[in-house]
Amino acid sequence: MTATSVVRARAGARAGRGGLGPLGVTAATVIAVAVVLAAIGPELASADPNASDFAHAYGPPTPGHPLGYDSQGRDLLARLLTGARTSLLGPLWVVALGMTAGTAIAVVAAWRGGWLDSMVSSVLEVMFSFPGVLLAMLVAAVFGPGLTSAVFALAVAYIPYIARLVRSAAVAERHKPYIQALEVQGLGAFTICLRHLVPNLLPLLAAQATLFFGYAMVDLAIVSFFGLGVQPPDADWGVMVASGQSGVLQGYPAESLLAGGCIVLLVVAFNVLGERLSDGRRVHRPWRLFRRGGTA
Amino acid sequence: MTEAILEVEGLHKTFKGAVAVADVSFSLRPGAALAVVGESGSGKTTVARMIVGLERPTAGRITACGHDRSHPPRSVRERRRRGGEIQIVFQDPYSSLDPRQSPATAVDEILRLHTRLDAAGRRRRVAELADLVGLDERQMNVLPSELSGGQRQRVAIARALAAEPQILILDESVAALDVSIQAQVLNVLAGVRERTGVAYLFISHDLAVVRQVADEIVVMRGGSIVERGPTAQVLDNPRHPYTRLLRTSVPGPGWRPARRATRKETQ
Repeated sequence: MTATSVVRARAGARAGRGGLGPLGVTAATVIAVAVVLAAIGPELASADPNASDFAHAYGPPTPGHPLGYDSQGRDLLARLLTGARTSLLGPLWVVALGMTAGTAIAVVAAWRGGWLDSMVSSVLEVMFSFPGVLLAMLVAAVFGPGLTSAVFALAVAYIPYIARLVRSAAVAERHKPYIQALEVQGLGAFTICLRHLVPNLLPLLAAQATLFFGYAMVDLAIVSFFGLGVQPPDADWGVMVASGQSGVLQGYPAESLLAGGCIVLLVVAFNVLGERLSDGRRVHRPWRLFRRGGTA
Repeated sequence: MTEAILEVEGLHKTFKGAVAVADVSFSLRPGAALAVVGESGSGKTTVARMIVGLERPTAGRITACGHDRSHPPRSVRERRRRGGEIQIVFQDPYSSLDPRQSPATAVDEILRLHTRLDAAGRRRRVAELADLVGLDERQMNVLPSELSGGQRQRVAIARALAAEPQILILDESVAALDVSIQAQVLNVLAGVRERTGVAYLFISHDLAVVRQVADEIVVMRGGSIVERGPTAQVLDNPRHPYTRLLRTSVPGPGWRPARRATRKETQ
């Protein structure tokens, strides 16, 4: 094996990993822009997102207020930019909590197998029967509305979906000889999972987290739309779609359309990126293709 | 006659009512090489997995280096001690290594577990082990995906030897390699045995390979042992009809597959 062929092999591996395609790159760019705007947006906006001025209610765009005003005369651009922060942070927490808990449950079930595995699977089956949004509303109704309860409820609702997926991948990984070799060496189960098993599932986890981020965004927007998530006057895209309803009837659809458009754009971007990432996963482990017919 | 380093007595294993291993007993002397041969499904791999603790025996006793290992380890210490007694190299070189870990890191991880060497000491030991199995420095520092099957199997052998085991189980370890690479790895194994004095338990279906490496042989069929003895004696003078059948199934000079022979008659 010469040095050049090694270099070429490495370059090939990199191309496979980075191969998101033009659509994937666009999606990633949209997400990156949204994240940057959410991070620095509130400072960019010249107006206070919660300052109302009824003289400007449903006012058209003016210099310094490029998107105009909502029903209470609040600056729409400022509200959209502040809303980006809650609208992105909410799903982020849902995904972080759901993925952590789901992966932990899945890996423990896959590792121990036997009765524990079948018990976990049955519990997950029961959890599947609760629609996430409904559960979030129930929790909000019991513990009081707000972003925190909605986030926790949705995270719990997502656990079965995440756990079922991760479990099947973890079961396959758990029975691979490299894991069993480490067991024979005398390494503890926890260390093996943390250092070897879970890191080898990371491509799958990253792809799924991206997809679930999109779902969580829609679900949180729904909960906020019904008034059980983010509470007015705080800006949130879901809240804005709801509060813009009356404007739609009166012929001023800007608020609902803009907030709704942001949601749709980002959800589509996350779904596209998530799908591309899970495709890429197949490409950058090419030896899997050879195994079936190869050495058995 | 030195005392056996591995003693297996009356081993049984049933999977949901199906008998996989029935009343298997054998022993292995320090530094010896014992082969367990038989067709697929004869229970030889199950025996190996029970010895290393990946399966629990239904009945019977396994003693290695004077310690019983028929039951799961009760403490972290016991688990590690067992790791230092018996190691195993599996059949499939492609899934035997963590795809995210270079061979050097993989061996280093084992050294951390079993020795108290400092970073420099471990680096030296990694180089020693690489030398022992015939891998160069570049091969030790790339990801497994850039290594061939034979190279990966050498890494797996080096990783197993990092624990300085008294016994190395080779579960069809060269079966997935092509013949020339097989010969190289077998040479590596012979060299390792000479230099470290490790005992081999060789699980195989390949009689040609077995003849090269093993001093003694145990023939298994349907979960039980049907014949045992010194390798040359069993292979040249098989007493059990099954061993004779295995023997005649090996292609050699003048060997003619049955199907082709019949076709010739009909022409």
